[in-house]
Amino acid sequence: MATTEQYIGQRLLRKEDAKLLAGEGSYIDNQSMAGMVWMALVRPPFVHATIEAVDTAAAAAMPGVVAAYSAADLQGEWAAGLPMVWPNTEDIKVPTHYPLAADKVRFAGDAVAVVVAATREQAEDAAEAVSVRASALPAVIDLEDAASDRVVIHEDLGTNKVTHWSHGGAGDQNVFDTAPVIVQERYTQPRLIPNAIEARGCLAYGSPAAGEFTLVSATQIPHIARVGHSIATGIPQNKLRIIAPDVGGGFGSKLNVYAEEALALALARKLNRPVKWIETRSENYVATIHGRGTLHDCTLAGTEDGKILGMKFVELADMGAYFQLLTPGIPELGGWVYMGPYDIQAYWYEYTGVMTNATPTDAYRGAGRPEATFVVERLVDAFARRIGMDPVELRRKNLHPPFTEATASICGLSVDSGNYEPALDRAIELADYAQFRKEQTARRANGDGKQIGIGVSSYIEMCGLAPSNILGALRYVAGGWDGAEIECRPFGKVVVRTGTSPHGQGHETAWAQIVADGLGVTPDDVEVLHGDTSVSRIGMDTYGSRSVSVGGEALRRAVEKVREKARKIAAHELEVSEDDLEWTDGAFRVKGAPDKARTIPDIATSAWHAHALPADVEPVLEGTAVFDPPNFTWPGGTHICVVEVDTDTGKTDIVRYVAVDDCGNVINPMIVDGQVHGGVAQGIAEALYEEAIYDESGNLASGNMTQYLVPSATEIPAMLLDRTVTPSTTNGLGVKGIGEAGTIAAPPAVVNAVIDAVSHLGVTHVAKPATPERVWRAIQDAKAKGSPEATPGSQGGAA
Amino acid sequence: MIPAPFDYVRVGSIDEAIAALSADADAKVLAGGHSLLPAMRLRLARPSTLVDIGRLSDLSYTREDGDAIAIGALTRHHDVANSEALQAGCPIVPFAAAQIGDPAVRHVGTIGGSVAHGDPAGDLPTVLLALDASFVLTGAGGATRTVDAGSFFTGLFETALAPNEILTEIRVPKTSGGWSFLKFNRRAQDWAMVGVAAVQMNGGVHVGLTNMGLTPLRATGVEEAVGGGADPATAAARAADGTAPPDDAFGSAEYRRALVQVLVRRSLQEAMG
Amino acid sequence: MTQISVTVNGTTHTADVEPRTLLVYFLREHLDLTGTNVGCDTSSCGTCTVHVDGEAVKSCTMLAVQADGREVTTIEAMAAADGTMHPLQDAFHRNHGLQCGYCTPGMIMAAASYLRENPSPTEEEIRGSLEGNLCRCTGYQNIVASIIDAAGVMAGKG
Repeated sequence: MATTEQYIGQRLLRKEDAKLLAGEGSYIDNQSMAGMVWMALVRPPFVHATIEAVDTAAAAAMPGVVAAYSAADLQGEWAAGLPMVWPNTEDIKVPTHYPLAADKVRFAGDAVAVVVAATREQAEDAAEAVSVRASALPAVIDLEDAASDRVVIHEDLGTNKVTHWSHGGAGDQNVFDTAPVIVQERYTQPRLIPNAIEARGCLAYGSPAAGEFTLVSATQIPHIARVGHSIATGIPQNKLRIIAPDVGGGFGSKLNVYAEEALALALARKLNRPVKWIETRSENYVATIHGRGTLHDCTLAGTEDGKILGMKFVELADMGAYFQLLTPGIPELGGWVYMGPYDIQAYWYEYTGVMTNATPTDAYRGAGRPEATFVVERLVDAFARRIGMDPVELRRKNLHPPFTEATASICGLSVDSGNYEPALDRAIELADYAQFRKEQTARRANGDGKQIGIGVSSYIEMCGLAPSNILGALRYVAGGWDGAEIECRPFGKVVVRTGTSPHGQGHETAWAQIVADGLGVTPDDVEVLHGDTSVSRIGMDTYGSRSVSVGGEALRRAVEKVREKARKIAAHELEVSEDDLEWTDGAFRVKGAPDKARTIPDIATSAWHAHALPADVEPVLEGTAVFDPPNFTWPGGTHICVVEVDTDTGKTDIVRYVAVDDCGNVINPMIVDGQVHGGVAQGIAEALYEEAIYDESGNLASGNMTQYLVPSATEIPAMLLDRTVTPSTTNGLGVKGIGEAGTIAAPPAVVNAVIDAVSHLGVTHVAKPATPERVWRAIQDAKAKGSPEATPGSQGGAA
Repeated sequence: MIPAPFDYVRVGSIDEAIAALSADADAKVLAGGHSLLPAMRLRLARPSTLVDIGRLSDLSYTREDGDAIAIGALTRHHDVANSEALQAGCPIVPFAAAQIGDPAVRHVGTIGGSVAHGDPAGDLPTVLLALDASFVLTGAGGATRTVDAGSFFTGLFETALAPNEILTEIRVPKTSGGWSFLKFNRRAQDWAMVGVAAVQMNGGVHVGLTNMGLTPLRATGVEEAVGGGADPATAAARAADGTAPPDDAFGSAEYRRALVQVLVRRSLQEAMG
Repeated sequence: MTQISVTVNGTTHTADVEPRTLLVYFLREHLDLTGTNVGCDTSSCGTCTVHVDGEAVKSCTMLAVQADGREVTTIEAMAAADGTMHPLQDAFHRNHGLQCGYCTPGMIMAAASYLRENPSPTEEEIRGSLEGNLCRCTGYQNIVASIIDAAGVMAGKG
């Protein structure tokens, strides 16, 4: 129905909720088909081993088993290996990567055989019965150990150091030798396991006779997966359909072209049966990509009075045992934000990608930018401690001045807009910064067993992936555009086909808000379809905080196209020229005679029956747009964390968490807040709880949810949120994206707070995650060294 | 993941259970299943038969019995936590039971299952050890024997239970003195990294330790020091004496030894304060 | 195979199951009640929470044979017969207590069980009651807000 209400900016409840609340989600494990068989993979208990023999005979003879195959049995199925689409340097060394390992096991998730059986249980039983003879090889997990090439994981590459990318630097590099204050720090960031609560899974089926196949998969990227699986399986692009049903969270872990998906497709083709695979959580921990895994050597050049002159970072990044879809490009995504929100004169970043005997790394919520922001914000705090300056004051002194138009940055790219100080001010206010500093001073004075710490993190992020020409320059093989199609059906209902592929982000609601405002209908009139390559033809999917700034903008442009066509029809019907019409109050109205009007539902109906259209207008009111952003978007903000640290046990409790983010204009504030809550929780988890821990043999010790500590509501605190608004100049909506702000901003805020709480004891460093034991040990080590004469970290000054 | 196949016997009496256990050396007792089933799903445990005693509802009770409170082995953690008899007569037990796992786990897991599992990281075994609880074991022909907590926990996941015996009752003394139960973990749902139970009883303080060795332990050095008049901080310095805590990626032995001294100090202050 | 008879959402189902069949797969694959999801294999995440005899349990850590003769309630039965959402479902909607929705059935079943035990909990008590239910999307803030909201609505009705 036609309406004049403005929906963008409203806290509209989600259209997605009803079926999910009723238990009617279409998640992959809820799907089955007649004749379907179950696939299970054989992942032998090695992290590095030479495969001597794989015997599937016993498994093949078990009840219900349809087939059992080793890598050799399936080699004819592959047109190519699994794709990696970001060969980021000319001389990158790319390992061969097929869905099943033939010669060596190179990480715990490396499968060597696959079985297919009538039931889930039979497949699992049969997988156990495949006998694998292999001889274990020494494994390398530690980055420096792997970089030494003591053990080379891919012999044909000759080294584990497979890629080296340098930003090339900007500004006067001499400052790193000559500045009055040089701060040098080394920070490690362990691997993280994404832990979408739904693990992966897929169902492949089709017609071998017709050569047509469909893959239903818990994926974030149906469109990209279509390209990738077409390359791997040889099924032509126009014969392969990918469907993402309701997906139970992604966080980057479902932004990939995975071996199991390719196997399911190949086996559906080979066996002419629907093939289903559901990942167990234990499998997920070794077979689904990990995130982070870095070692940074950092240098800050500054002045005694707290001006940052330059920052320089040299990184080793853990690639894992193979490249997955984007692996070598992930550190590079962080490579453009190492200046943070600061106005600095010298910039350097380079990284070396190192193969290890661990699960491949790839995009995990934030992808490169959390790693960068963590080391920048730790380094800035180290500088503040060194010169005895309040960390807020120091940040304020260095924040880039505000700008509303795209402005060249020291990082070499143009930043769309930025105004960082208001977010810092608001965060300080919400955090009661001065009050907690007083409390901190008092507790330090009386030697309280629970000490207060305040951590600040000011950040900038590069979102809205991505301008295709820049991607091309960075040797990424695809584009960064996205598409939207609008079809106005008669009597006022609108169907949108978006190229984004939401899995919790609420696009069905937010996109409906964009269309409702543009077409003068209600969001309830707008149905948003997505996640199926046969439904939404043109898309680049959902990741990198890109959906609203690229896909949403494409939709806004499609709305404009619909209105252009509608204007022609309205002018024809009202017997005026197009120039005599104006779009006001949700309709095209004749200037000076607003009662003479046509709404979009009116025009859609006319365009549908097509009885009397103008000569140059085709039937059906529809519009399609593809938007390739001219720039990234650059959100920013400040997060502040206040902690209480038990100095006897090292345990940290979060007393207050404040997030003030600037993601530009906001379509739906409720959804934006939800994104921040979730991102911050993951960031807090990264700071205090989560890490992939390996034993001496290279086995993942934190191999299930009892040992890898995803925090619950008991551990995660309530958060205080606010926003500042600096519209983006990259798109017509003025939006920047908010999906990753929390994981980017939170980890340094929390770790800085922990260190601040015990800095008066002489502690200057606690590794991430700041576990009770690490904090306790830092305190013991500081005590053993003796109390520092002066305590540069005692930042008692008011902000 | 799905457990490996097994035979299933649901028994209607203790005698049937003993018979079923006697018939299969690889059989396991299934009570609530909250220790056993996770291990079976990961295929770390593969019993050939599960003897389900879950329907022996007359083993679910808490009741006063003279100076003691008797707890049926199949009493769920939830019911232990909410038992008025225990809250009045031995409050450390329900307090600790309320911290096991999470609410859904406590709706199914049983005190007997927890004790018989013999996990040194379990909460209740430590409390029961500190309380000098006794365990009633029932064997063939309904014969029962009573074993003190101090003799029951014999090793890592090992107890005094014979293969064809079933733990049927736990008896704890009524206590009227101060007590404290401190569980140190990183997430609320986790097992204790270290835990301490302290109870004033028999004119002294009994101190039990969780996850400081292959079995739940008594901090005898601490108890002696308190008996000798030491203040909590002094006594707590002996908390790690004679312990052999796990030394792994999730917590070094050194840290656990330091932690146990802090927790014992605090628990003594709470129990004696 | 073992024969069991389980009353699920008010209907009694008799079936032959392998003893190793987990309750959650009995619900999902024998009865096609796919609203209850599975998130882990260690009883950690609470995604599979259902009610057995009115109390929250993790249906991935209970054998179907253990549910023989008992009453099971799943997310599918939370709404009223006329489709009106349960106050918890409605509160999760109004407070944006779900994003991807995968943990949501378990969260709602855990909360419903807890509110039966403690109809007017504090925020801290609610957070404590969710110690065994993991969500990766919401940071829990709006889940907790939803449950506080629902508790108020339910108390008003009581």
